[in-house]
Amino acid sequence: MTESKSILVIGGGHNGLVCATYLAKSGHRVQVLEARETAGGGASSHQFSEGYQVSGLAHVLHPLNPRIIKELDLVNMGLIPGEAINTISLGRDGRHLTLGVDTVTGTGLSSDDAAAYTSFKVEFRSYARALEPMTMNKPPRLKDMDRKDKFTLARLGWSLRFGLGAASMSEFLRVGGINIYDVLNETFDDPQLKGAISADAIIGHHMGTRTPTTVLTYLNRLRGETYGPQTLPVGGAGNVATVLVNAAVGAGVDIRTGAKVQQIIVADGKATGVRLQSGEERMADIVISNADAKTTFLGLVGTPDLDAMFAHRIHTTRTNGTVAKLHFALNGLPRVSGLSEAELGQRLLIAPDMRYVEHAFNHAKYGEYSEAPVLEITIPSLADPSLAPKGHHVMSVTASFAPYALKSGWDTSRDEFADKVMSLIGDYTPGFAAQIVASEVLTPRDIEREFNVTGGHWHHGEMTIDQSFMMRPVHGTAQYDTPIEGLFLCGAAAHPGGGITGLPGHNAAKRILAMAGGR
Amino acid sequence: MEKHDFKQVLQHSPFHARVEAYNLVKSWTSWNGYQTARVFDTLASEYFAIRSSCSVMDMTAMEKYRITGPDALKFLNRLVVRDISKLKPGRVTYVVWCNDEGRVLDDGTIFHLGDAGYRLCSQHHQLDWLLISSLGMDITIEQETHDVAALSVQGPTSCSVLSAAGISGLHELKPFGILNTVLDGMEVMISRTGFTGDLGYELWVDPCHALTLWDAIFSVRERGLYDLRPIGLNALEMVRIEAGFVMPGDDFNTAETAVRAGHDRSLFELGLGWVASWDKPYFTGRRALQKEQAQPIRRRLVKLLVEGNKPPTDSFLYDGKKGQRIGTIKTNIWSPILKANLAMADIEYVKGVAPKEIWAEIYYQKELEWQVTWAQCTISEEPFWIHPRRLQTPPDEY
Repeated sequence: MTESKSILVIGGGHNGLVCATYLAKSGHRVQVLEARETAGGGASSHQFSEGYQVSGLAHVLHPLNPRIIKELDLVNMGLIPGEAINTISLGRDGRHLTLGVDTVTGTGLSSDDAAAYTSFKVEFRSYARALEPMTMNKPPRLKDMDRKDKFTLARLGWSLRFGLGAASMSEFLRVGGINIYDVLNETFDDPQLKGAISADAIIGHHMGTRTPTTVLTYLNRLRGETYGPQTLPVGGAGNVATVLVNAAVGAGVDIRTGAKVQQIIVADGKATGVRLQSGEERMADIVISNADAKTTFLGLVGTPDLDAMFAHRIHTTRTNGTVAKLHFALNGLPRVSGLSEAELGQRLLIAPDMRYVEHAFNHAKYGEYSEAPVLEITIPSLADPSLAPKGHHVMSVTASFAPYALKSGWDTSRDEFADKVMSLIGDYTPGFAAQIVASEVLTPRDIEREFNVTGGHWHHGEMTIDQSFMMRPVHGTAQYDTPIEGLFLCGAAAHPGGGITGLPGHNAAKRILAMAGGR
Repeated sequence: MEKHDFKQVLQHSPFHARVEAYNLVKSWTSWNGYQTARVFDTLASEYFAIRSSCSVMDMTAMEKYRITGPDALKFLNRLVVRDISKLKPGRVTYVVWCNDEGRVLDDGTIFHLGDAGYRLCSQHHQLDWLLISSLGMDITIEQETHDVAALSVQGPTSCSVLSAAGISGLHELKPFGILNTVLDGMEVMISRTGFTGDLGYELWVDPCHALTLWDAIFSVRERGLYDLRPIGLNALEMVRIEAGFVMPGDDFNTAETAVRAGHDRSLFELGLGWVASWDKPYFTGRRALQKEQAQPIRRRLVKLLVEGNKPPTDSFLYDGKKGQRIGTIKTNIWSPILKANLAMADIEYVKGVAPKEIWAEIYYQKELEWQVTWAQCTISEEPFWIHPRRLQTPPDEY
C-alpha cells in the first residue's frame, strides 16, 4: 500500500467494524456510516422495555474468529469471553437432554447414542475445520483464477485429502450435499437427540431437516464451534459490539451514527462517494457496503448503473427471513421441571424430534407461521443480572418458522404468533404467562425495518449451496469487489455469510488491501 | 390475441388471405410463429421487384413492443448501446442490445411515437430480456406484435406507388422519419425505413385494416400505373446481404441462444461498434465492451466478396490458399445486380488484424457430382450495394 485512501463503510455492524479496523490499521482514513443510533448491528444491545435489555438479534455466540481476535487485539479492548453453555433440549415430560460440545447426557439415553454423539461431533467438526482454507480467504473463482485462488483451492484440496484422510474425505464428500435428516437417522436412534441436532442445521434458514444441503448449514454452525464453545456473552452480544467499536476507534476509524446512506454515488462506472438521507454528500476513494446485496445494488447503487442480468441475479437471490425474535421481561425466574437455575441459564431448545422440525417448516413453505414452532430460548439475565431489574429476568427467544412473506400479513398475525410461542413455552414452564411484565416481537418485517436488512434475513440471504462460496451473493461479486469500480461488499451477504464471525469483514479488508486499495 | 385452432401450427397474419392467393409455389416457412412466404412465384422476379420497381412484404411477424411510462427513455437507454436521448419524436433509429458480457442479443429499431411512448421492433422474441431489464424502472412493456399489421413497401418506385395509392405527404418524409396519415378513412403510420439499402417504407396499421391497405396498394397495379409484387423472405435475404445488414441468428448466434462458451459474438466482433455511444449513461454490457475495446479484436463478422460464380455456401475460409483455417461463410447469395458472390463470414483476426489473403474452399455439385474449387475473397468495409436515393428527399419520381 503506497498511499492512504479515504474509505467509507456503509453500515456499522460487526463486519463493517472489523473491515474498517483492518483498513485503518493499514493506514487508510476510514469512516463508518451507521444508520442506527448505535453501531454494532445485529450484535448490539437493545432495550425493549424500561430497565430490560437483550441482544438485538444474536443472543448465543460462538467466539469470533481467533485470528481476528488476535490481530485486532480484542481481548485488550475488553472482550470478555462468556462462559461456555450447553444446549438443553426440553422434553414435555421432563425428560431433558443436555448436549455439550462432545458429550450428551439425559435420562434413558442409550450408551450407543451417547458414544455416537461424541464420534459424530468430532468427525463433523473436522469437516468444518477442513473447510477453513475457504473461510479465511476470498472464495476462489473457478474461471480466470488468480494465484491466490489457486493457492486457496490447493490448500482446500490438501486439507480435505490429507487433513481429513481418505476415509473421512470420502464420507465428507458423501454427506456434504445431502440433508441432515438422513445423516442423523443413519447415526442416532433417540428422536429427541436427532431433533435437537437437526435444529442447529436449520435455524435461521428457510430449510427443513430434509432440505438438501442442510449438512452444509450444520457445518457452518460447527465452524463456530471450532473457534470455541457457544456462550451467552457477558454484557450480551452488545459486549462484542462495544469491543469492536473500541477497536475501530482505537485504530482511528471515525464512526458516525444516525447517518443513513441513501445512495452510492457512481460516476463513469466508479463509486465516488455516498449521499446521506440528510442530503449531505461524502466523497471517498473507496466505498464499502456492509449492507445486504439487494440493499447495496438495487437500493443504493440502483439498476441503471448495473448490467441488466447482474441486477436480475441479485434480485432473485433468496433473502426472506424465517425467524422471529421475541423478548420477554419477567418478574421472576421461570421454572422448568427437572432443570436447576444453572441449567436454565443454558441454551434451551424446543425441537422434540425431526418430524416436529420438518412439520414446523412445512408451514413456512406455504407462507404460514409454524403452528408448533422450533424455539431457542435463553435467559441472558442469569449470566448478566444487569440486564434486568433486581429479581427480574429477561428471556430472549428465536422462533422458527415465521416467514417474511406471511400470507395473512404480519400486522394482523403478529400477536397470534406471539401467543402461540408464549403458550408453547408455557407448556414447559408452568405459570409463564403470569410472569410476563413486558414483551416485544420482532418479525422478519420488523428486523428488516429495525436493522435495515432486506427480508429481515439474519444471514443477509439463504446459505444454500447455490448462494455460498463463489456464488455468494452471486457470481460476479463473490470476491468482495463488485462490478462498480471502487465499491466493495464486506457483510454477511458476502462469503462466508452470516453469524457473528467477523469473517466477511476480515476477508473484504484483505481483498481491498491486495487490490492496492481497490484500483 | 384470439385463441386459434391448435391444429393450425402456424399463425396467419392479417394479410394472409391475399398473401396466400399470391403464393403460387406454396413455399412457406415460420417466422416467429407466423406462416410466411419464402417465395411467391420466382425468386428472380421478386428480387428485381425490389431492385427495379416496387415490392411488398408482409412483416407482421416482426416482434413489436410498446414501451411507455416515466422511465421509458431511461429504460431504453440502459437497454441498447445507442444514445436514445437524441431520438426525437417522429423519428426511428437502428439499435443493438447486448447482455452483461457485451455479447449481442438482437438488433432492431426504436420508434419515438411522441406521447404514445416508444416502439421497439426486433427480429427475435425479446420480452424476457425486456422484463429482466425493467427491474427498478417505472415503465410498462406491452407486446404488440399481434396487434399491429405491418407491410414493407420497398423499391425505386415505392414512393410513387404509395402516392398513387392515395397516401399524401410522402415526398417530404425524410429517411428514418415517421408520417401519421389517413388513407380511405383508416389511420396509417408510415416510416421511411427498410432492409434493402434502397428507397422504401414500412406501413403500420390496425390488423382490421390490413386487407384494405393491401388492396389499396395493389390497386395501383390493377389500374396499370406501376408494377409491384409481393416478395418472400428469400428475396429479402438477397437484398439485405447486398445492403450489408446483419441478420441475428443467421450471421451469428445470438447471446440468448448460444450454449457453448465463445459461440456468441460481441458488438465489436459483429462490426457494430459504431452504433454504441460512449458519452451516454450506463448501458448493459458497457463495462465488458470497454474492456474488450482495449484489447486487439479477435474475430469479425465481415462482408466478403467471393470471386467466381460458385456459391460458397457453408465454406471454410483459409488464411492463404490451403493455409490455416480461419473461419466460415455464414450466409451467401449471388447478387444479380453486381454479378458477384456476396457473403457474410465469421473470421479470426490475428493481433487485431484481418488475414492478408482469404480463400474459400468451395464444394459444389455438377449434375449431382461433387467438385471442389478455391476462390479468393475480399473484405468489403462498405455495403456491397446501396443506392443514394435511399437518403434523397424528396425521392425522384419514376
